[in-house]
Amino acid sequence: MSFYLTYFAIGIGLFAFSAVFALVGVYAERKVSAFIQDRLGPTETGKFGMLQTLADGLKLIQKELIVPAAADKLLFIMAPAIIFIAVYMGFAAMPWGPGLVPTSLNLGLFYIFAIISIETLGILMAGWGSNNKYSILGSMRSVAQIISYEIPAGFAIISVVMIAQSLNMQTIATQQGILSTEGVKFFGFWDVSKIGGIFAWNIFRAPHLLIAFVIYFIASLAESNRAPFDIPEAESELVAGFHTEYTGMRFAFVFFSEYSMMFLVSMISVVLFLGAWNTPLPNIGALHLADWTTGNGWGIIWILIKSLALVGIQMWIRWTLPRLRVDQLMSLCWKVLTPLAFACMLISGVWRIFLM
Amino acid sequence: MNNKVINGFTTAWKGLSLTIRHLFASNAKRKVVPASDNNYFKQLEGTNTIQYPKQSLPIPEVGRYQLDVEMDDCIVCDLCAKICPVNCIDIESIKATEVIGQTSDGSKKMLYAAKFDIDMAKCMYCGLCTIVCPTECIVMTNQYDRTVFELSDLTYKFSDMTAEEAAEKQALLDKQLAEKQAAKLAAMKQKEGGV
Repeated sequence: MSFYLTYFAIGIGLFAFSAVFALVGVYAERKVSAFIQDRLGPTETGKFGMLQTLADGLKLIQKELIVPAAADKLLFIMAPAIIFIAVYMGFAAMPWGPGLVPTSLNLGLFYIFAIISIETLGILMAGWGSNNKYSILGSMRSVAQIISYEIPAGFAIISVVMIAQSLNMQTIATQQGILSTEGVKFFGFWDVSKIGGIFAWNIFRAPHLLIAFVIYFIASLAESNRAPFDIPEAESELVAGFHTEYTGMRFAFVFFSEYSMMFLVSMISVVLFLGAWNTPLPNIGALHLADWTTGNGWGIIWILIKSLALVGIQMWIRWTLPRLRVDQLMSLCWKVLTPLAFACMLISGVWRIFLM
Repeated sequence: MNNKVINGFTTAWKGLSLTIRHLFASNAKRKVVPASDNNYFKQLEGTNTIQYPKQSLPIPEVGRYQLDVEMDDCIVCDLCAKICPVNCIDIESIKATEVIGQTSDGSKKMLYAAKFDIDMAKCMYCGLCTIVCPTECIVMTNQYDRTVFELSDLTYKFSDMTAEEAAEKQALLDKQLAEKQAAKLAAMKQKEGGV
Protein backbone atom coordinates (compact mmCIF):
# COMPACT_ATOMS: atom_id res chain seq x y z
CA MET A 1 0.00 0.00 0.00
CA SER A 2 2.74 2.42 0.94
CA PHE A 3 4.32 2.19 -2.50
CA TYR A 4 1.20 3.81 -3.90
CA LEU A 5 1.91 6.75 -1.60
CA THR A 6 5.45 6.88 -2.99
CA TYR A 7 4.07 6.92 -6.52
CA PHE A 8 1.78 9.82 -5.71
CA ALA A 9 4.54 11.67 -3.88
CA ILE A 10 6.87 11.30 -6.86
CA GLY A 11 4.17 12.32 -9.32
CA ILE A 12 3.23 15.40 -7.31
CA GLY A 13 6.89 16.19 -6.70
CA LEU A 14 7.68 16.13 -10.41
CA PHE A 15 4.61 18.25 -11.15
CA ALA A 16 5.63 20.75 -8.48
CA PHE A 17 9.13 20.78 -9.92
CA SER A 18 7.95 21.53 -13.45
CA ALA A 19 5.58 24.23 -12.18
CA VAL A 20 8.28 25.89 -10.09
CA PHE A 21 10.72 25.57 -12.96
CA ALA A 22 8.22 27.23 -15.31
CA LEU A 23 7.84 30.16 -12.88
CA VAL A 24 11.59 30.57 -12.42
CA GLY A 25 12.26 29.91 -16.10
CA VAL A 26 9.86 32.58 -17.34
CA TYR A 27 11.32 35.09 -14.88
CA ALA A 28 14.87 34.14 -15.92
CA GLU A 29 13.97 34.37 -19.59
CA ARG A 30 12.51 37.84 -19.16
CA LYS A 31 15.51 39.05 -17.17
CA VAL A 32 18.05 37.51 -19.56
CA SER A 33 16.30 38.98 -22.59
CA ALA A 34 16.09 42.35 -20.88
CA PHE A 35 19.76 42.46 -19.97
CA ILE A 36 20.81 41.29 -23.42
CA GLN A 37 18.79 44.15 -24.89
CA ASP A 38 20.01 46.67 -22.26
CA ARG A 39 16.58 46.87 -20.62
CA LEU A 40 15.63 46.19 -17.01
CA GLY A 41 12.96 43.51 -17.28
CA PRO A 42 10.36 43.11 -14.53
CA THR A 43 11.24 45.35 -11.59
CA GLU A 44 8.01 46.32 -9.86
CA THR A 45 6.50 43.14 -8.39
CA GLY A 46 8.57 42.12 -5.41
CA LYS A 47 12.29 42.67 -5.00
CA PHE A 48 13.83 42.81 -8.51
CA GLY A 49 10.42 41.80 -9.87
CA MET A 50 10.82 38.26 -8.53
CA LEU A 51 7.10 37.82 -7.88
CA GLN A 52 6.19 38.84 -11.43
CA THR A 53 5.60 35.35 -12.80
CA LEU A 54 3.66 34.37 -9.68
CA ALA A 55 1.42 37.40 -10.24
CA ASP A 56 1.05 36.43 -13.91
CA GLY A 57 0.03 32.93 -12.82
CA LEU A 58 -2.57 34.31 -10.42
CA LYS A 59 -3.93 36.48 -13.21
CA LEU A 60 -4.15 33.52 -15.60
CA ILE A 61 -6.00 31.42 -13.00
CA GLN A 62 -8.67 34.09 -12.66
CA LYS A 63 -9.17 34.55 -16.38
CA GLU A 64 -12.18 33.31 -18.25
CA LEU A 65 -11.74 30.15 -20.33
CA ILE A 66 -13.01 31.14 -23.74
CA VAL A 67 -13.89 28.52 -26.33
CA PRO A 68 -14.34 30.06 -29.79
CA ALA A 69 -17.80 29.45 -31.25
CA ALA A 70 -16.42 27.75 -34.36
CA ALA A 71 -13.89 25.62 -32.48
CA ASP A 72 -13.92 21.84 -32.31
CA LYS A 73 -14.67 21.87 -28.59
CA LEU A 74 -13.37 18.45 -27.61
CA LEU A 75 -10.02 18.82 -29.39
CA PHE A 76 -9.68 22.40 -28.28
CA ILE A 77 -10.21 21.58 -24.60
CA MET A 78 -8.10 18.42 -24.59
CA ALA A 79 -5.08 19.80 -26.45
CA PRO A 80 -3.34 21.73 -23.60
CA ALA A 81 -3.74 18.72 -21.31
CA ILE A 82 -2.20 16.38 -23.89
CA ILE A 83 0.66 18.78 -24.62
CA PHE A 84 1.47 19.14 -20.94
CA ILE A 85 1.00 15.48 -19.96
CA ALA A 86 3.23 14.32 -22.83
CA VAL A 87 6.09 16.45 -21.59
CA TYR A 88 5.40 15.75 -17.92
CA MET A 89 5.38 11.98 -18.48
CA GLY A 90 8.83 12.28 -20.02
CA PHE A 91 10.23 13.09 -16.57
CA ALA A 92 9.20 9.64 -15.33
CA ALA A 93 12.31 7.92 -16.69
CA MET A 94 14.87 10.63 -15.96
CA PRO A 95 17.60 9.71 -13.45
CA TRP A 96 18.39 12.28 -10.74
CA GLY A 97 21.08 10.46 -8.80
CA PRO A 98 22.87 7.10 -8.45
CA GLY A 99 19.82 5.56 -6.77
CA LEU A 100 17.24 8.18 -7.66
CA VAL A 101 15.09 7.45 -10.68
CA PRO A 102 11.28 7.44 -10.75
CA THR A 103 11.16 4.40 -13.05
CA SER A 104 14.29 2.58 -14.17
CA LEU A 105 12.90 1.42 -17.51
CA ASN A 106 14.89 -0.87 -19.78
CA LEU A 107 13.48 1.09 -22.68
CA GLY A 108 13.77 4.43 -20.88
CA LEU A 109 15.30 6.44 -23.71
CA PHE A 110 12.94 4.97 -26.27
CA TYR A 111 9.99 5.69 -23.96
CA ILE A 112 11.02 9.33 -23.48
CA PHE A 113 11.59 9.81 -27.17
CA ALA A 114 8.19 8.29 -27.91
CA ILE A 115 6.22 10.14 -25.25
CA ILE A 116 7.52 13.58 -26.11
CA SER A 117 6.53 13.11 -29.73
CA ILE A 118 2.93 12.88 -28.50
CA GLU A 119 3.29 16.60 -27.86
CA THR A 120 3.10 17.00 -31.64
CA LEU A 121 -0.35 15.45 -31.57
CA GLY A 122 -1.46 17.93 -28.92
CA ILE A 123 -0.12 20.83 -30.96
CA LEU A 124 -1.93 19.63 -34.06
CA MET A 125 -5.13 19.20 -32.01
CA ALA A 126 -4.77 22.73 -30.66
CA GLY A 127 -4.24 24.17 -34.12
CA TRP A 128 -7.05 22.23 -35.76
CA GLY A 129 -9.46 22.63 -32.86
CA SER A 130 -9.03 26.41 -32.72
CA ASN A 131 -10.42 26.71 -36.26
CA ASN A 132 -8.23 29.71 -36.87
CA LYS A 133 -5.92 30.06 -39.82
CA TYR A 134 -2.98 31.28 -37.78
CA SER A 135 -3.35 28.38 -35.38
CA ILE A 136 -3.55 25.75 -38.09
CA LEU A 137 -0.57 27.28 -39.94
CA GLY A 138 1.43 27.31 -36.72
CA SER A 139 0.59 23.76 -35.83
CA MET A 140 1.29 22.48 -39.35
CA ARG A 141 4.69 24.13 -39.23
CA SER A 142 5.30 22.73 -35.77
CA VAL A 143 4.42 19.20 -36.81
CA ALA A 144 6.54 19.35 -39.96
CA GLN A 145 9.43 20.70 -37.95
CA ILE A 146 9.24 18.29 -35.04
CA ILE A 147 8.87 15.23 -37.25
CA SER A 148 11.82 16.34 -39.41
CA TYR A 149 14.08 17.10 -36.48
CA GLU A 150 13.35 13.84 -34.75
CA ILE A 151 15.44 12.10 -37.40
CA PRO A 152 18.80 13.79 -36.68
CA ALA A 153 17.95 13.75 -32.97
CA GLY A 154 17.18 10.04 -33.17
CA PHE A 155 20.40 9.24 -35.01
CA ALA A 156 22.43 11.30 -32.56
CA ILE A 157 20.80 9.40 -29.72
CA ILE A 158 21.41 6.06 -31.43
CA SER A 159 25.11 6.86 -31.75
CA VAL A 160 25.22 7.22 -27.96
CA VAL A 161 23.15 4.11 -27.42
CA MET A 162 25.52 2.11 -29.62
CA ILE A 163 28.45 3.19 -27.45
CA ALA A 164 26.56 2.65 -24.19
CA GLN A 165 24.83 -0.56 -25.31
CA SER A 166 21.72 0.29 -23.30
CA LEU A 167 18.47 2.20 -23.56
CA ASN A 168 18.15 2.46 -19.80
CA MET A 169 18.76 6.07 -18.79
CA GLN A 170 20.15 5.05 -15.42
CA THR A 171 22.64 2.62 -17.01
CA ILE A 172 23.78 5.27 -19.50
CA ALA A 173 24.21 7.69 -16.59
CA THR A 174 26.17 5.25 -14.43
CA GLN A 175 28.63 4.50 -17.24
CA GLN A 176 29.88 8.07 -17.31
CA GLY A 177 31.67 8.22 -13.99
CA ILE A 178 33.52 6.44 -11.22
CA LEU A 179 30.55 4.17 -10.47
CA SER A 180 30.89 2.55 -13.89
CA THR A 181 31.34 -1.23 -13.79
CA GLU A 182 32.80 -1.48 -17.27
CA GLY A 183 35.93 0.52 -18.07
CA VAL A 184 35.62 4.10 -19.29
CA LYS A 185 38.18 5.33 -21.80
CA PHE A 186 38.87 8.98 -22.60
CA PHE A 187 38.73 9.20 -26.41
CA GLY A 188 39.34 5.45 -26.55
CA PHE A 189 42.92 5.38 -25.27
CA TRP A 190 43.15 6.61 -21.64
CA ASP A 191 41.45 4.53 -18.97
CA VAL A 192 39.63 6.96 -16.68
CA SER A 193 37.46 4.45 -14.73
CA LYS A 194 39.13 5.45 -11.46
CA ILE A 195 39.61 9.14 -12.33
CA GLY A 196 36.09 9.90 -13.44
CA GLY A 197 35.03 13.51 -13.52
CA ILE A 198 34.61 15.41 -16.76
CA PHE A 199 36.91 12.97 -18.63
CA ALA A 200 34.46 10.12 -18.29
CA TRP A 201 31.53 11.97 -19.85
CA ASN A 202 30.10 10.59 -23.05
CA ILE A 203 31.15 13.55 -25.17
CA PHE A 204 34.78 12.61 -24.35
CA ARG A 205 34.38 8.88 -24.78
CA ALA A 206 34.55 9.26 -28.55
CA PRO A 207 35.26 12.43 -30.54
CA HIS A 208 32.24 12.05 -32.79
CA LEU A 209 29.91 12.15 -29.78
CA LEU A 210 30.83 15.81 -29.41
CA ILE A 211 29.35 16.36 -32.87
CA ALA A 212 26.40 14.16 -31.96
CA PHE A 213 25.84 16.35 -28.90
CA VAL A 214 25.77 19.52 -31.03
CA ILE A 215 23.37 17.84 -33.46
CA TYR A 216 21.11 16.72 -30.64
CA PHE A 217 21.21 20.17 -29.03
CA ILE A 218 20.20 21.89 -32.29
CA ALA A 219 17.48 19.32 -32.91
CA SER A 220 16.20 19.68 -29.35
CA LEU A 221 15.85 23.43 -29.85
CA ALA A 222 13.64 22.65 -32.83
CA GLU A 223 11.68 20.03 -30.93
CA SER A 224 10.85 22.40 -28.11
CA ASN A 225 9.89 25.10 -30.65
CA ARG A 226 12.50 27.51 -29.38
CA ALA A 227 14.12 30.26 -31.41
CA PRO A 228 15.81 30.17 -33.90
CA PHE A 229 13.36 27.39 -34.75
CA ASP A 230 10.21 29.08 -33.45
CA ILE A 231 8.30 29.42 -36.70
CA PRO A 232 5.32 27.54 -35.16
CA GLU A 233 4.61 30.52 -32.94
CA ALA A 234 6.36 33.23 -34.93
CA GLU A 235 4.82 36.30 -33.30
CA SER A 236 5.52 38.57 -36.22
CA GLU A 237 3.76 36.31 -38.71
CA LEU A 238 1.26 34.12 -36.89
CA VAL A 239 0.11 36.16 -33.86
CA ALA A 240 1.02 33.35 -31.44
CA GLY A 241 0.82 30.26 -33.62
CA PHE A 242 -1.04 27.24 -32.36
CA HIS A 243 -2.01 28.79 -29.02
CA THR A 244 -3.52 31.99 -30.42
CA GLU A 245 -7.04 31.18 -29.24
CA TYR A 246 -6.17 29.96 -25.75
CA THR A 247 -6.88 31.92 -22.60
CA GLY A 248 -6.46 31.50 -18.87
CA MET A 249 -5.18 28.24 -17.48
CA ARG A 250 -5.28 26.49 -20.86
CA PHE A 251 -2.79 29.04 -22.15
CA ALA A 252 -0.80 28.64 -18.93
CA PHE A 253 -0.53 24.89 -19.51
CA VAL A 254 0.77 25.40 -23.04
CA PHE A 255 3.32 27.79 -21.58
CA PHE A 256 4.18 25.39 -18.75
CA SER A 257 4.82 22.61 -21.19
CA GLU A 258 7.10 24.78 -23.30
CA TYR A 259 9.31 25.44 -20.29
CA SER A 260 9.11 21.86 -19.02
CA MET A 261 10.08 20.73 -22.51
CA MET A 262 13.09 23.04 -22.45
CA PHE A 263 14.23 21.49 -19.19
CA LEU A 264 13.44 17.95 -20.32
CA VAL A 265 15.43 18.13 -23.56
CA SER A 266 18.32 19.76 -21.68
CA MET A 267 18.19 16.99 -19.11
CA ILE A 268 18.16 14.34 -21.85
CA SER A 269 21.26 15.83 -23.44
CA VAL A 270 22.90 16.05 -20.01
CA VAL A 271 22.15 12.38 -19.31
CA LEU A 272 23.25 11.22 -22.74
CA PHE A 273 26.31 13.39 -23.30
CA LEU A 274 27.32 15.44 -20.28
CA GLY A 275 27.71 12.82 -17.59
CA ALA A 276 24.19 12.90 -16.14
CA TRP A 277 24.43 13.16 -12.34
CA ASN A 278 28.18 12.51 -12.36
CA THR A 279 30.51 15.13 -11.00
CA PRO A 280 32.72 17.14 -13.37
CA LEU A 281 35.55 17.04 -10.79
CA PRO A 282 38.09 14.22 -11.41
CA ASN A 283 40.17 12.31 -8.84
CA ILE A 284 43.64 13.87 -8.92
CA GLY A 285 46.18 11.82 -7.00
CA ALA A 286 45.34 12.05 -3.32
CA LEU A 287 42.49 14.48 -3.95
CA HIS A 288 39.53 12.16 -4.42
CA LEU A 289 37.27 14.95 -5.63
CA ALA A 290 35.13 12.62 -7.71
CA ASP A 291 34.58 10.21 -4.82
CA TRP A 292 33.71 13.05 -2.48
CA THR A 293 31.20 14.66 -4.84
CA THR A 294 29.26 11.58 -5.91
CA GLY A 295 26.01 10.63 -4.23
CA ASN A 296 22.28 11.22 -4.38
CA GLY A 297 22.37 14.78 -3.04
CA TRP A 298 25.34 15.68 -5.21
CA GLY A 299 23.67 13.94 -8.13
CA ILE A 300 20.62 16.22 -7.94
CA ILE A 301 22.86 19.29 -7.64
CA TRP A 302 25.05 18.31 -10.61
CA ILE A 303 22.22 17.37 -12.92
CA LEU A 304 20.33 20.54 -12.01
CA ILE A 305 23.38 22.74 -12.61
CA LYS A 306 24.16 21.10 -15.95
CA SER A 307 20.57 21.16 -17.18
CA LEU A 308 20.06 24.77 -16.09
CA ALA A 309 23.28 25.72 -17.86
CA LEU A 310 21.91 24.20 -21.07
CA VAL A 311 18.58 25.98 -20.52
CA GLY A 312 20.58 29.18 -20.12
CA ILE A 313 22.33 28.51 -23.43
CA GLN A 314 18.93 27.93 -25.05
CA MET A 315 17.79 31.35 -23.78
CA TRP A 316 21.03 32.98 -24.88
CA ILE A 317 20.57 31.55 -28.38
CA ARG A 318 16.92 32.59 -28.48
CA TRP A 319 17.74 36.24 -27.82
CA THR A 320 20.61 36.29 -30.29
CA LEU A 321 19.80 34.44 -33.46
CA PRO A 322 17.02 35.43 -35.85
CA ARG A 323 14.33 32.96 -36.84
CA LEU A 324 15.05 30.53 -39.70
CA ARG A 325 12.81 30.53 -42.75
CA VAL A 326 10.83 27.35 -43.41
CA ASP A 327 13.00 26.25 -46.34
CA GLN A 328 16.22 27.06 -44.45
CA LEU A 329 14.91 25.09 -41.50
CA MET A 330 14.20 22.05 -43.65
CA SER A 331 17.45 22.22 -45.60
CA LEU A 332 19.42 22.51 -42.36
CA CYS A 333 17.65 19.42 -41.05
CA TRP A 334 17.72 17.21 -44.13
CA LYS A 335 20.89 18.34 -45.87
CA VAL A 336 23.21 19.01 -42.94
CA LEU A 337 22.10 17.49 -39.67
CA THR A 338 20.68 14.20 -40.93
CA PRO A 339 23.78 13.14 -42.95
CA LEU A 340 26.06 14.25 -40.11
CA ALA A 341 24.03 12.33 -37.55
CA PHE A 342 24.04 9.32 -39.84
CA ALA A 343 27.84 9.52 -40.09
CA CYS A 344 28.03 9.74 -36.29
CA MET A 345 25.98 6.58 -36.02
CA LEU A 346 28.29 4.74 -38.46
CA ILE A 347 31.38 5.91 -36.61
CA SER A 348 29.79 4.74 -33.35
CA GLY A 349 29.46 1.23 -34.75
CA VAL A 350 33.06 1.15 -35.94
CA TRP A 351 34.23 2.65 -32.64
CA ARG A 352 32.36 0.10 -30.59
CA ILE A 353 33.78 -2.82 -32.56
CA PHE A 354 37.41 -1.72 -32.86
CA LEU A 355 38.15 0.62 -30.01
CA MET A 356 36.15 -0.53 -26.99
CA MET B 1 29.33 23.94 -48.59
CA ASN B 2 32.22 23.79 -46.12
CA ASN B 3 32.65 27.53 -46.30
CA LYS B 4 28.95 27.99 -45.66
CA VAL B 5 29.09 25.86 -42.52
CA ILE B 6 32.16 27.67 -41.18
CA ASN B 7 30.59 31.00 -42.07
CA GLY B 8 27.39 29.99 -40.28
CA PHE B 9 29.23 29.08 -37.11
CA THR B 10 31.47 32.16 -37.10
CA THR B 11 28.62 34.59 -37.68
CA ALA B 12 26.49 32.85 -35.06
CA TRP B 13 29.38 33.08 -32.63
CA LYS B 14 29.83 36.75 -33.44
CA GLY B 15 26.21 37.40 -32.50
CA LEU B 16 26.38 35.20 -29.42
CA SER B 17 29.52 36.93 -28.12
CA LEU B 18 27.86 40.30 -28.67
CA THR B 19 24.78 39.35 -26.69
CA ILE B 20 26.75 37.75 -23.86
CA ARG B 21 28.81 40.92 -23.55
CA HIS B 22 25.59 42.84 -23.09
CA LEU B 23 24.22 40.24 -20.69
CA PHE B 24 27.15 40.69 -18.33
CA ALA B 25 27.70 44.38 -19.05
CA SER B 26 26.88 46.98 -16.45
CA ASN B 27 23.27 46.88 -15.32
CA ALA B 28 23.51 50.42 -14.01
CA LYS B 29 20.31 52.40 -14.12
CA ARG B 30 20.16 55.11 -16.72
CA LYS B 31 21.29 58.58 -15.72
CA VAL B 32 18.72 61.05 -16.90
CA VAL B 33 20.09 64.00 -18.84
CA PRO B 34 18.13 66.38 -21.08
CA ALA B 35 18.13 65.83 -24.82
CA SER B 36 20.10 69.06 -25.25
CA ASP B 37 23.04 67.55 -23.37
CA ASN B 38 26.17 66.87 -25.41
CA ASN B 39 26.44 63.35 -24.03
CA TYR B 40 22.82 62.45 -24.70
CA PHE B 41 23.52 60.17 -27.65
CA LYS B 42 26.75 58.80 -26.20
CA GLN B 43 25.09 57.09 -23.26
CA LEU B 44 25.68 53.49 -24.27
CA GLU B 45 26.70 52.12 -20.89
CA GLY B 46 24.25 50.40 -18.58
CA THR B 47 20.57 49.95 -19.25
CA ASN B 48 18.54 52.21 -21.45
CA THR B 49 15.18 52.22 -19.68
CA ILE B 50 13.78 55.42 -18.25
CA GLN B 51 11.65 54.26 -15.32
CA TYR B 52 9.00 56.77 -16.11
CA PRO B 53 7.05 57.86 -13.06
CA LYS B 54 10.21 57.67 -10.95
CA GLN B 55 12.50 59.16 -13.57
CA SER B 56 11.65 61.46 -16.42
CA LEU B 57 13.57 63.28 -19.10
CA PRO B 58 14.00 66.96 -18.27
CA ILE B 59 12.07 69.12 -20.72
CA PRO B 60 12.12 72.83 -21.47
CA GLU B 61 10.04 74.95 -19.12
CA VAL B 62 7.80 76.07 -21.97
CA GLY B 63 7.42 73.09 -24.23
CA ARG B 64 4.57 72.41 -26.61
CA TYR B 65 2.51 70.53 -24.09
CA GLN B 66 -0.78 71.35 -22.35
CA LEU B 67 -2.38 74.80 -22.58
CA ASP B 68 -2.90 77.12 -19.69
CA VAL B 69 -4.76 80.45 -19.60
CA GLU B 70 -4.08 83.31 -17.22
CA MET B 71 -7.63 84.69 -17.00
CA ASP B 72 -6.56 87.96 -15.33
CA ASP B 73 -4.70 88.88 -18.51
CA CYS B 74 -7.36 87.69 -20.96
CA ILE B 75 -9.25 90.36 -22.84
CA VAL B 76 -11.65 87.79 -24.35
CA CYS B 77 -10.80 88.88 -27.88
CA ASP B 78 -11.64 85.39 -29.22
CA LEU B 79 -8.61 85.37 -31.54
CA CYS B 80 -7.38 82.05 -30.17
CA ALA B 81 -10.73 80.40 -30.81
CA LYS B 82 -10.76 81.79 -34.37
CA ILE B 83 -7.23 80.63 -35.25
CA CYS B 84 -7.63 77.15 -33.72
CA PRO B 85 -7.46 74.61 -36.59
CA VAL B 86 -9.46 72.00 -34.68
CA ASN B 87 -11.91 74.30 -32.92
CA CYS B 88 -11.03 73.09 -29.48
CA ILE B 89 -11.42 76.50 -27.81
CA ASP B 90 -14.95 77.59 -26.98
CA ILE B 91 -15.45 81.15 -25.73
CA GLU B 92 -18.63 82.99 -24.84
CA SER B 93 -18.20 86.66 -24.09
CA ILE B 94 -20.46 89.22 -22.46
CA LYS B 95 -19.84 92.92 -23.04
CA ALA B 96 -19.21 94.80 -19.87
CA THR B 97 -21.14 97.99 -19.13
CA GLU B 98 -17.88 99.77 -18.34
CA VAL B 99 -14.13 99.15 -18.32
CA ILE B 100 -13.68 96.32 -15.82
CA GLY B 101 -9.94 96.44 -15.37
CA GLN B 102 -6.55 96.26 -16.92
CA THR B 103 -4.30 93.40 -17.91
CA SER B 104 -0.72 93.31 -16.74
CA ASP B 105 0.46 94.85 -20.02
CA GLY B 106 -2.02 97.71 -19.76
CA SER B 107 -4.73 96.62 -22.16
CA LYS B 108 -8.28 97.50 -21.14
CA LYS B 109 -10.62 94.67 -20.31
CA MET B 110 -14.06 95.33 -21.75
CA LEU B 111 -15.53 91.83 -21.93
CA TYR B 112 -16.44 89.17 -19.45
CA ALA B 113 -15.62 85.56 -20.32
CA ALA B 114 -18.77 83.64 -19.42
CA LYS B 115 -17.18 80.53 -20.84
CA PHE B 116 -13.60 79.71 -21.75
CA ASP B 117 -13.30 75.97 -22.42
CA ILE B 118 -10.37 74.21 -24.02
CA ASP B 119 -10.94 70.59 -25.06
CA MET B 120 -7.48 69.09 -24.59
CA ALA B 121 -8.67 65.85 -26.17
CA LYS B 122 -9.12 67.73 -29.44
CA CYS B 123 -6.05 69.95 -29.15
CA MET B 124 -3.33 69.16 -31.69
CA TYR B 125 -0.61 71.12 -29.85
CA CYS B 126 0.17 73.40 -32.79
CA GLY B 127 0.62 76.43 -30.55
CA LEU B 128 -1.09 78.88 -32.95
CA CYS B 129 -3.31 80.25 -30.16
CA THR B 130 -0.29 81.24 -28.11
CA ILE B 131 1.10 83.18 -31.09
CA VAL B 132 -2.01 85.21 -31.89
CA CYS B 133 -2.85 86.07 -28.30
CA PRO B 134 -2.36 89.88 -28.00
CA THR B 135 -1.78 89.79 -24.24
CA GLU B 136 0.14 86.49 -24.13
CA CYS B 137 -2.26 85.08 -21.60
CA ILE B 138 -2.63 81.67 -23.27
CA VAL B 139 0.59 79.66 -23.00
CA MET B 140 1.81 76.12 -23.36
CA THR B 141 3.29 74.65 -20.19
CA ASN B 142 5.61 71.75 -19.48
CA GLN B 143 2.80 69.51 -18.25
CA TYR B 144 2.26 66.51 -20.51
CA ASP B 145 1.20 63.74 -18.18
CA ARG B 146 -2.52 63.78 -17.54
CA THR B 147 -4.86 60.84 -17.25
CA VAL B 148 -8.56 61.19 -16.54
CA PHE B 149 -11.36 58.75 -15.94
CA GLU B 150 -14.04 60.85 -17.63
CA LEU B 151 -13.58 62.22 -21.13
CA SER B 152 -15.29 65.42 -20.01
CA ASP B 153 -12.46 66.01 -17.54
CA LEU B 154 -10.23 66.73 -20.51
CA THR B 155 -12.24 69.88 -21.22
CA TYR B 156 -10.44 72.49 -19.17
CA LYS B 157 -12.68 75.27 -17.92
CA PHE B 158 -10.81 78.51 -17.39
CA SER B 159 -13.68 80.95 -16.89
CA ASP B 160 -13.76 82.27 -13.32
CA MET B 161 -17.43 83.33 -13.50
CA THR B 162 -20.28 81.35 -12.11
CA ALA B 163 -23.48 80.98 -14.10
CA GLU B 164 -25.28 83.43 -11.76
CA GLU B 165 -22.59 86.06 -12.18
CA ALA B 166 -22.78 85.61 -15.94
CA ALA B 167 -26.57 85.96 -15.83
CA GLU B 168 -26.22 89.07 -13.68
CA LYS B 169 -23.73 90.66 -16.06
CA GLN B 170 -25.95 89.73 -18.98
CA ALA B 171 -28.91 91.38 -17.24
CA LEU B 172 -26.86 94.53 -16.62
CA LEU B 173 -25.82 94.57 -20.27
CA ASP B 174 -29.41 94.02 -21.41
CA LYS B 175 -30.54 96.85 -19.13
CA GLN B 176 -27.86 99.17 -20.47
CA LEU B 177 -28.73 98.23 -24.02
CA ALA B 178 -32.41 98.83 -23.32
CA GLU B 179 -31.60 102.21 -21.78
CA LYS B 180 -29.47 103.13 -24.77
CA GLN B 181 -32.20 101.98 -27.08
CA ALA B 182 -34.73 104.06 -25.14
CA ALA B 183 -32.44 107.08 -25.19
CA LYS B 184 -31.94 106.65 -28.92
CA LEU B 185 -35.65 106.37 -29.52
CA ALA B 186 -36.24 109.43 -27.38
CA ALA B 187 -33.57 111.33 -29.27
CA MET B 188 -35.06 110.28 -32.63
CA LYS B 189 -38.49 111.30 -31.48
CA GLN B 190 -37.24 114.64 -30.33
CA LYS B 191 -35.49 115.11 -33.69
CA GLU B 192 -38.70 114.23 -35.56
CA GLY B 193 -40.73 116.43 -33.25
CA GLY B 194 -38.27 119.29 -33.77
CA VAL B 195 -38.59 119.19 -37.55
